[in-house]
Amino acid sequence: MKRLFAVGCFLVAICTAATAFAAGPIRIGALFSVTGPASFLGEPEKNTLDLLVKEINAKGGIRGSKIELFSYDTGGDVTKAVQLANKLIKNDHVVAIIGPSTTGETMAIIPLVEKEQIPLISCAAGIKITEPVKRWVFKTPANDHVAAEKILNQAAKLKQKNIAIITVSDSFGASGREQLKQMAAKKGFKIVADEVYSPKDTDMTPQLTKIKSAKPDAIICWGTNPGPAVITRNMHQLGMKTQLYQSHGVASKKFIELAGPEAAQGLMLPAGKLTVYNLLGKKDPQAKVLKGYADSYKKAYGVEPSTFGGYAWDGFQLVAGALAKGAATPAQIRDGIEKGGKLAGVSGIFHISAGDHNGLDLSAFEMVRIDKGTWAIVH
Amino acid sequence: MEFLKETMQFVISGLATGAIYALIGLSFAIIYNSTGIINFAQGEFVMLGGVITIFCITAFKLPILIAVAVAILGTTAVGVVFERLAIRPLKNATPLALIIITIGASILIRGLVMLLWGKDTQALPAFSGNDPIEVAGATMLPQHIWIFGVTLLVIAGNRFFFHHTITGKAMRACSFNRKAANLVGISVGRMVLLSFGISAALGSLAGVIIAPLTMTAYDVGVMLGLKGFCAAIMGGMGSGLGTVLGGLILGTLESLGAGWISSGYKDAIAFLILLLILFIRPQGLFKKGETERV
Repeated sequence: MKRLFAVGCFLVAICTAATAFAAGPIRIGALFSVTGPASFLGEPEKNTLDLLVKEINAKGGIRGSKIELFSYDTGGDVTKAVQLANKLIKNDHVVAIIGPSTTGETMAIIPLVEKEQIPLISCAAGIKITEPVKRWVFKTPANDHVAAEKILNQAAKLKQKNIAIITVSDSFGASGREQLKQMAAKKGFKIVADEVYSPKDTDMTPQLTKIKSAKPDAIICWGTNPGPAVITRNMHQLGMKTQLYQSHGVASKKFIELAGPEAAQGLMLPAGKLTVYNLLGKKDPQAKVLKGYADSYKKAYGVEPSTFGGYAWDGFQLVAGALAKGAATPAQIRDGIEKGGKLAGVSGIFHISAGDHNGLDLSAFEMVRIDKGTWAIVH
Repeated sequence: MEFLKETMQFVISGLATGAIYALIGLSFAIIYNSTGIINFAQGEFVMLGGVITIFCITAFKLPILIAVAVAILGTTAVGVVFERLAIRPLKNATPLALIIITIGASILIRGLVMLLWGKDTQALPAFSGNDPIEVAGATMLPQHIWIFGVTLLVIAGNRFFFHHTITGKAMRACSFNRKAANLVGISVGRMVLLSFGISAALGSLAGVIIAPLTMTAYDVGVMLGLKGFCAAIMGGMGSGLGTVLGGLILGTLESLGAGWISSGYKDAIAFLILLLILFIRPQGLFKKGETERV
């Protein structure tokens, strides 16, 4: 019996040693707010990352090493995000972190990753994340001001001078409001009405009545569902024919469904190319990537992918790109991402450099118009 | 003239929102009067009304009327089960403990709905079209008329039930004095159960008629519940006209505040009113102060 036990111990020892000698898995961390108020961001992000890791491991991993994913749910809670980031770095020994989903959480863990020197690829849009540039921090969503500029360029083209804005009173809306006001002043627009609404408001006719009396040439609304859909319906109710622009925050079929095709007719918004991937020409450098992502996501989860999931897709490709070129340590991965050159991702074409840790420009968005309940690209 | 027209629009929008607050406020008051507790899961009943209706329409392709009936019956069942499982077993609990239980129940219901039906916002088609109707320079939707109509019916029904039927009178008796009610042969337990049923039905009805306008999701109950609570407080927690007026005043002030002052302070205005009333007239706007014999 004793001998049997000894043999057993020996076998176990050999096996453990054997796995230790083979190339160990690459440990990648992920922080997403899968539950809580920002779950509409975190859920598709987590799904996308799970899918990508499964696909890559099925193909034998990167340079013979499998990817091991450590994915945690922050619930949108800043304190929890910091704790979990600590856990990822100190217990799980990850070489890079993808996420978190919101700007607040990202800002909270930046000091930690800078200190521990672990590359962070955030999936949040706030401009503060990469401006000024921080050595270990990257982000994949385009800056809000890119979307704002896209809208104002379109308004300028249509000779709309007087603009009314209506924004949601959360961090997304506050950032949009700030960017719109700055950009509008720079481009010579006049803001004739500046209204806000709270995320849970159910009726915006008072705000719109006020806007109506200011007689703007165009109205820009900045928010995420369901507010913008309510506003679109309220405008229809009030019989307002003013051109309405929505932000990239509602660039999904869900928005058209909520607002109703009739009320949404003719409104325009800057959308990530994923929304309109089937309308893009074959020559578009992102066309293939977008179709591939959309098809595999639909196959795995049975629903259309969202722009938000794309943020995680891009984050993972940036890390995978560096790994494929031989990076192994956190420092090598960081350098690899910075010197990675051009990457055609879901959110746009990345040109990440030492001076720009986001690397997206105006081409990340396509101006689209809602026509008979579906998208049409504005030329 | 332009100013008058605008104000008219603010008032109409405010009254429509206020009518909803009033319905929810009434359902708060019904439970309060028979049990002395404030049911913070009331907003969840409102949410269930909308969510179940949409689920019946999309999943089973039921006609809208049947879906609405299913939703109201379903929510009523939830209310009754809630009373049986969480309120009745605690015979000698203080109202405070019971109130905390209702908060727990609201979190539970919200979580379950999120897991069952997801986090997406859903819209219900309007009952009778989306063509705006013009009223004295302001516009409203056919759905608003549904809201006003249903609210009026509920107020009338409420009045009839509590003042002209034996069961309604028995419920009122419980609210005045439970012990005396028990002594004259009223089953207080059954009245409490009934109050939860009625209040869940009312809440879900409110949820159904606003779903086409405001859309619905697992978390819409929180804010609507709070606003309904404000309305009930303004009406002094009575299940009558006071609460209805409270709701209408709250809705109108919110709308006028957003229009005349600033839309950023819309919710602040509502809660400021609530605080003021709690400070100055804790017995409600339209109630005479009651003296309690100790």
